[in-house]
Amino acid sequence: MAPETKHLEVTLETHVESVNLAEEMCLRVAEAAGFSEDECYRIGMSVREGVINAFHYGNQEKPDKKIHLGIDLTTDKMVIHVTDEGKGFLLSDVPDPLAEENLLSTSGRGIFLMRTFMDEFNVVPGRTGGAEIIMSKKLPFPGEPPSNGNNGATKSGSPHQEV
Amino acid sequence: MPALYATAREDGVITVVDLSGRIALGEGSALLRKTIRDLLDRGRNKIILNLGDVTYIDSSGIGEMVSGFTAVRNRQGELKLLHLTKKVHDLLQITKLFTVFDVYSDEGTAVRSFQ
Repeated sequence: MAPETKHLEVTLETHVESVNLAEEMCLRVAEAAGFSEDECYRIGMSVREGVINAFHYGNQEKPDKKIHLGIDLTTDKMVIHVTDEGKGFLLSDVPDPLAEENLLSTSGRGIFLMRTFMDEFNVVPGRTGGAEIIMSKKLPFPGEPPSNGNNGATKSGSPHQEV
Repeated sequence: MPALYATAREDGVITVVDLSGRIALGEGSALLRKTIRDLLDRGRNKIILNLGDVTYIDSSGIGEMVSGFTAVRNRQGELKLLHLTKKVHDLLQITKLFTVFDVYSDEGTAVRSFQ
């Protein structure tokens, strides 16, 4: 991690309220980083969908499992990591929600929304054995140091919080 | 974050449900599901969801709207949408659900479309 990177890491309970909490935290960081209202909406929605994915599909709503949220704010982008404690999955196995036969499906749009709203998106095996979603958005003013506003982000290497 | 509020109005055989707040995972999605299910249980199967004051919909909310659409259709009814905000409009467009739902910007036109 580059020395200019600010890093925030929290461990969330597998609970519906964690979805709102993760969204609110990332929105604060995004706002402090100078993203526009529309971009904040896209980032917030993507974080929300990532945590819903971890809550529902990864951890299968089991309260003994945790959701790990990490935010890196570098000089040129905001990177978000959402890791569950499930069995992991392959992006190639996720059905296309825009396919005619899936249009009336009641689920399966979260991955699509994250891919659409973020600049970079990937899913890799996480350190917990589950899936780790990694997604990023370029900063509106790359090269400038991230804001020191009241965004909750701390310097790299600070202890992580448990929520 | 604000919850979802739902108020149903009846216009003959048509029910207009005024929604405000967030249709998202948790209470918002659950309230939308219950509202549609209660209407269907009362035989009200011509439904307009007025989304004019809905500020946010996530994938769970989208799923609940699709579920409602299918449930109403299975009871030989129709579920239509009214007054989409720009964010909701864009969301339905990128998920191609604009091609599934009947969407109106005027309540009178939406009501008459059932005849």
